[in-house]
Amino acid sequence: MSNQDMRTPKAKILHLGSARSGTSDHVVQRATALAIAPLSVFFIVSVVALAGAEYDTARAYLGHPLVSILLIALIGAVVVHMRIGVKITIEDYVHSEGLKHYVLLANSFFSYGIGLACIYAVLKISFGS
Amino acid sequence: MVQFNLPKNSRPVEGKTFKAEGASRVKNFRVYRWSPDDDKNPRIDTYEIDLDKCGPMVLDALIKIKNEVDQTLTFRRSCREGICGSCAMNIDGQNTLACTKGIDECKGDVKIYPLPSMGVIKDLVPDLTGFYAQHASIEPWLQTKTAEPVKEWKQSHEDREKLDGLYECILCACCTTSCPSYWWNGDRYLGPATLLQAYRWLADSRDEAKGERLDNLEDPFRLYRCHTIMNCAKTCPKGLNPAKAIAEIKKMMVERQA
Repeated sequence: MSNQDMRTPKAKILHLGSARSGTSDHVVQRATALAIAPLSVFFIVSVVALAGAEYDTARAYLGHPLVSILLIALIGAVVVHMRIGVKITIEDYVHSEGLKHYVLLANSFFSYGIGLACIYAVLKISFGS
Repeated sequence: MVQFNLPKNSRPVEGKTFKAEGASRVKNFRVYRWSPDDDKNPRIDTYEIDLDKCGPMVLDALIKIKNEVDQTLTFRRSCREGICGSCAMNIDGQNTLACTKGIDECKGDVKIYPLPSMGVIKDLVPDLTGFYAQHASIEPWLQTKTAEPVKEWKQSHEDREKLDGLYECILCACCTTSCPSYWWNGDRYLGPATLLQAYRWLADSRDEAKGERLDNLEDPFRLYRCHTIMNCAKTCPKGLNPAKAIAEIKKMMVERQA
């Protein structure tokens, strides 16, 4: 016997009710965008300025506390922004409930993983080793 | 995953051509036809219309076809003056009202399809059951907790003006069915028309259920599937801007948190 959907139109639309969330993602997405704009300018200017520089010069520059903090801020903002953006895209296009949750989890692991690796690299340069 | 292609049995094939004998000024109307009564694919029928014997609007041509050429053609219409929203359909690639769309606005053949993404009941009649259920879900009526006044709920002229650009919506579904986000997630995203109606009540100074209304909307799918694609504002036959209304709801969501 086929599993016919015999719910009323209203039952389908109301479904599980409102999740009472989404606003924080909306705000954080815009806040991180605001942060990324000047921080990425700083990053690009730094990369251009360091082009062709000696290894020690570059390392000394990246090891400066202010530069390290700004880089970590950029990494944090980009990672959070990327995670939310990709999450929304996945929710848009992946409709299989089981698969969707695995893909969303993979997105979080990847985003935070890459973020942690980048921050570790900056700290390693900053504190030297 | 979302379906990017039409299923095999939904792909239109070439249909019949109905000639306009002895006509001097002919315009071709290529109309989507599908009947639930047989297992056939949809087809595109071509109707030649003598413009010298037809009214100026696309709806005039459809009525002429139904009255004089092919009585099996099925479509909704009522007021013929852009106020009931019944004759919403996709004409020349854009969702609009057949009664307010001039035939002379269409270059070449006039291509007429039902509103996109909805199920088709027959020919140009889309299934709007879900759309109406979504509209009902936002409880589109004045809600108050204060005891009802003896005469009426008062509203200043300034507060009344805040409803301009909102109350004019005729629920034709042109905007909702033009929204790609609604195409992908129409079962969970409320869509531009319903959200514009929701904001119409959120913006009403007399309403006392704003908190409950916002609670009901605060959801990653119900509200936040709007990605400001703006098809809704572009296609609205009444010149309204549902995307702006949605942005205002989002601002309210943020406002009550900070």
